[in-house]
Amino acid sequence: MADDILFDLLHSEIINYTLRNVDDNEKDKNSDKKDEDLSNLEYIGFSTGYRIIERLTREMPRFKDELDTLKFICTDFWSAIYKKQIDNLRTNHQGVYVLQDNAFRFLNRLSNGKQYLEVAPRYVAFTCGIIRGSLANLNVHCLVTADIQSLPSCKFHIQVQRV
Amino acid sequence: MAVCAAIVGKDNSPKFFCCINPDEELTFQYKVLSSLDIIEEKLNPASKSASEMRELYLGQLYSLETCKIYGYVTNTKIKFIIVVDSTNMALRDNEIRSMFRKIHSEYADMVSNPFYIPGEPITSKSFDSSIKNIITGTV
Repeated sequence: MADDILFDLLHSEIINYTLRNVDDNEKDKNSDKKDEDLSNLEYIGFSTGYRIIERLTREMPRFKDELDTLKFICTDFWSAIYKKQIDNLRTNHQGVYVLQDNAFRFLNRLSNGKQYLEVAPRYVAFTCGIIRGSLANLNVHCLVTADIQSLPSCKFHIQVQRV
Repeated sequence: MAVCAAIVGKDNSPKFFCCINPDEELTFQYKVLSSLDIIEEKLNPASKSASEMRELYLGQLYSLETCKIYGYVTNTKIKFIIVVDSTNMALRDNEIRSMFRKIHSEYADMVSNPFYIPGEPITSKSFDSSIKNIITGTV
């Protein structure tokens, strides 16, 4: 059980660390930003995902197609990182996938009201990066955005970029 | 015991090459790179064999008078190639397969190394020696 909490704590420290660094840089420029800069956090996720996927897919048979790959993300991949599976996967079969997690691990410990809704994006940026990085290494290049309407559930929109 | 192992990236650029006898390196490089076409063919989704065969191990790619060449492609499209001497009859398919699996887990460890940048050629000495151990069968 102790292992699980370590990841949560590390994750929130990474968020604090990256946001503090951004704040320091922003102060010099004296700019008043509205949205927090989460790109560093997303990039940390990207390289994590890019590396970890090699290990997670080691025992897997070759994926047939894109949907097969996404199913892997929803089941095995999600269980490996978040100890549960995605609750709902929807697709329009044209490169848009919506993954819904009804009790997302990093949002689970925030209170359910509206109080923390505006800081919630911090807690999903890393995961967006992980998804994007893993899929990039599996040759599915995509944009990943998150959408939080009510805590602790979260939807990840994956838009595959076709060349 | 195999004579040569190679890792080729997703864009078909060589990432790692290891050869037991350094004098033969050039001819083996040539053989390894020419076998990439066969891998490409085996992975082509249009061909019937690709949809049936979902194992990462591709089996024997082709055999020459002097050597046999085996292939393995990960889910992330990294290609591993092993060259075995033709005179070596002791090595069975299953042993080749387990050799590839060991190389794959070695590679997964390599990618998790923060000092390695994915997509760059692999220069780590410890990786080189563990691959040598795997292909000579000393592990």
